[in-house]
Amino acid sequence: MNAISADIRTVVVERDIPHAPEKIWRALTQPHLIAEWLMQNDFVPAVGHRFSLRTEWGAIDCRVLAIEPGTTLSYTWEALGLESVVTWTLTPTANGTRLRMEQTGFRPDQTRAYQGAKFGWPRFFAALEQMLSNDGGAA
Amino acid sequence: MAKAQDVLFRTLADPTRRAIFERLCRDGEQTVGALTARAGISQPAVSKHLGLLKRAGLVSNRHQGRQTHYRAQIESLNLLVDWTTQMTAFWRKRFDDLESLLNRMDQ
Repeated sequence: MNAISADIRTVVVERDIPHAPEKIWRALTQPHLIAEWLMQNDFVPAVGHRFSLRTEWGAIDCRVLAIEPGTTLSYTWEALGLESVVTWTLTPTANGTRLRMEQTGFRPDQTRAYQGAKFGWPRFFAALEQMLSNDGGAA
Repeated sequence: MAKAQDVLFRTLADPTRRAIFERLCRDGEQTVGALTARAGISQPAVSKHLGLLKRAGLVSNRHQGRQTHYRAQIESLNLLVDWTTQMTAFWRKRFDDLESLLNRMDQ
């Protein structure tokens, strides 16, 4: 646990969801729907578009990297000086869709930012969870 | 692992101790004397806090002449802020909310 790994770090969450890809795609790309499960935002499905995911305490800066309607959506996710990339992949299955979220970040040149952000992350998550649980009842 | 986390949480739960640790993180290595001057408590009290911080692995020290210098061991916080663990938990919750939204949406 001494050296911060210079490797790229990846978080993957994958789930079989009993809904059609087209429907999930709408939830991933329409701002008022994104707001219901993720955060307030000014998302536009256009490559290069910059948008923010907003919370009461600040914003996560994002930029659309790739869009393949109904199949793939990828955007940068920059919080507390750390840039990572979030990629959504939708694969049709017999019962619906396999939805995969992959978040990759922390290239070797970002280890310094990672060090600097360490104190921010616990606050980030605490505030985020607080905000989201407060919003939970309103949806 | 859980035990080490407990020790970190317990150690940092004390506001005075946390203030000392944060000062070392922000300003780098310092002597007990310098820390005492800004802590608003006695030198023995500061030394006691530093001892507990050291036992938790949060600081290390070195002796130079009559002075003891302390520095923060920031890596020890990795236990608390493992990014992949936190992000995985975050996204799982988002997936739950997404599914619940999908159940409410029209086709």
